[in-house]
Amino acid sequence: MKIAVCIKRVPVMDVRFRIAADGKSVDETGLKYDVNDFDLWAVEAALQLKEKTGDGEVVVFSLGPDAVQEQIRKALSMGADRGVQLKADRAPADPLSIAKALAAELKASQWDVVFFGKVAIDSADQSVGPMVAELLGLPCVSAISSLDIANGRGTAKRELESASEIVEFPLPVVLTVDEGLNKERLPNLKGIMAAKKKPLEVKPAQLDAGTVNVVAMELPAERAAGRIIGEGAAAVPELVRLLQTEAKVL
Amino acid sequence: MANVFAFAESRGGELRKVALEVVTAARTLADATGGGEVHALLVGAPGIAGKAAPLGAHGADVVHLCEHPAFANANPEAAAALAAQLLKQTGARAGLFPASAQGRDLAPRVAAKLGVGLASDVTAFSAQGDAIHAKHPTHTGKVIATLALTGTPALLALRPNVFTPKESAKAGRVESVAPVADPAASRVVVKEMRGGGKAKLDLSEAPVIVSGGRGLKAAENFKLVEDLAAAFGNAAVGATRAVTDDGWRPHSDQIGQTGRVVSPDLYVAVGISGAIQHLAGMRTSRTIVAINKDKEAPIFKLADYGIVGDVFEILPPLIEAVKAARASRG
Ligand SMILES: Cc1cc2nc3c(=O)[nH]c(=O)nc-3n(C[C@H](O)[C@H](O)[C@H](O)COP(=O)(O)OP(=O)(O)OC[C@H]3O[C@@H](n4cnc5c(N)ncnc54)[C@H](O)[C@@H]3O)c2cc1C
Ligand SMILES: Nc1ncnc2c1ncn2[C@@H]1O[C@H](COP(=O)(O)O)[C@@H](O)[C@H]1O
Repeated sequence: MKIAVCIKRVPVMDVRFRIAADGKSVDETGLKYDVNDFDLWAVEAALQLKEKTGDGEVVVFSLGPDAVQEQIRKALSMGADRGVQLKADRAPADPLSIAKALAAELKASQWDVVFFGKVAIDSADQSVGPMVAELLGLPCVSAISSLDIANGRGTAKRELESASEIVEFPLPVVLTVDEGLNKERLPNLKGIMAAKKKPLEVKPAQLDAGTVNVVAMELPAERAAGRIIGEGAAAVPELVRLLQTEAKVL
Repeated sequence: MANVFAFAESRGGELRKVALEVVTAARTLADATGGGEVHALLVGAPGIAGKAAPLGAHGADVVHLCEHPAFANANPEAAAALAAQLLKQTGARAGLFPASAQGRDLAPRVAAKLGVGLASDVTAFSAQGDAIHAKHPTHTGKVIATLALTGTPALLALRPNVFTPKESAKAGRVESVAPVADPAASRVVVKEMRGGGKAKLDLSEAPVIVSGGRGLKAAENFKLVEDLAAAFGNAAVGATRAVTDDGWRPHSDQIGQTGRVVSPDLYVAVGISGAIQHLAGMRTSRTIVAINKDKEAPIFKLADYGIVGDVFEILPPLIEAVKAARASRG
């Protein structure tokens, strides 16, 4: 199996973000970064598939500045075979620009499966995977939470609102991974050492100008400070009264 | 004058509420940009024609209808081909989709087919000269980006439950349209649908959400959460990752950074600590109620109405009180 996985470097989210002086980007001072959560599950899915079929190669792609090599190395330390950085000053705001650059690179080889995360938690676009599939002319199943591949065909589950669907698909295929498919393995010391020697190729990203640009970023309006209205069952009548008269939801 | 395209999502032969939201938003945009036509696309199994009328009533001038047995379930390959063709044919200035599970699968395919920009999970938008500006929450809802889309058509996927459906004076006409790509030849095929009965309100549509956390102690105690939801009558049940990880509830109920993002009128958090990753999914709820025995729980910083105490003591009388309040309202 030849398996590609696209991963994105994203800020760790448990902070209060600040808007940079340009008014249209996040101030990066002091931010920590990691592999996008969903992409870790995509890497795990790729490794499991390789292990199951007993042969093949898992190649990790990330588009961005040299700092993304840190995230590529993490995937290599989990067990991926080699990495490719598509070098760019930053990942652009237009998901189609990212998708075109990834597709241009992926097109150069034949893949059995190309994995993406369902969504990058910084851009929150949930678009790049299906866009790449379209650009490569491959079938696509997005947001999968179960996966079974055998004999050149696959079955996956997708969660919908209050429902789920079981879909069948042929290979080659593009899959985007939702939470619940697996839990990612932690890199062990041996993996970390091995990763240092694995090949990591750097190529320029073929980015176009795109038609989606950020014109402003702001922090959402603060909520009013919380209010405790009482303790225990005794507070129930007051809660119901407030829901009726103040919040008007009952 | 600018035409606007709207994808009318259906499931199991029924329109979804997001279809009316998207068509209403398309009407608003068309009216704001000189009164072009709204072209809605409705695909489904034979019989879906019977569901076209509400789309006209919500502002579609033309409902393009494609009935085919292979549209009985979601068929994004064939639907994307048809949507892309209609967007071109109608010279649409913009194409609106729901940011639902299906819409977020479909819209990027259409954007890539046409080579145009897409803004996802849009909470507000407006025409600004030749561009369309869209507000889009990023960074787990902690940042709001304003995106400018300069290509034509500009595609937007609208967050469910944000754009309110509104009837319009017009009644649209229905036109049959033939598929562009044979729906029966799609490579990805839905073999089975599970769940999704009509009776069950979904998290993205429900005006009220009652959500439970680890404070409920065991899966069977979720009955209390379900009973409270039933007492409200218009509520869906949500959960934290602690709960879905333990298998008390399916992952599809999970609200938060790696789960669903919701913004109901009322969110009741029961035995939930209020971890930052959970707040990412519900902080935009209009009114938040929290019930937690720890008065230092972070959820109380956000809650409009907090009650400190044991859920097992508070929920039974609350269920009765909510029932009584609804009964007295008639
Ligand atoms: C990358 C990442 C992504 C994540 N994504 C999500 C996500 O999408 N959604 C999500 O929810 N979490 C997510 N989490 C997990 C999150 O960090 C928390 O662990 C989780 O939200 C905690 O769930 P909880 O509030 O149910 O449990 P706890 O934090 O254990 O809180 C239980 C609460 O119940 C209260 N309690 C206990 N007994 C009672 C009682 N008898 N009566 C009243 N109150 C009681 C306690 O005081 C406590 O506050 C994510 C974490 C990571 C690292
Ligand atoms: N800069 C990038 N480099 C590599 N993969 C990316 C990049 N941006 C997005 N992706 C992939 O596309 C998925 C969806 O991203 P998005 O459409 O931005 O939400 C991510 O989970 C990654 O798998």
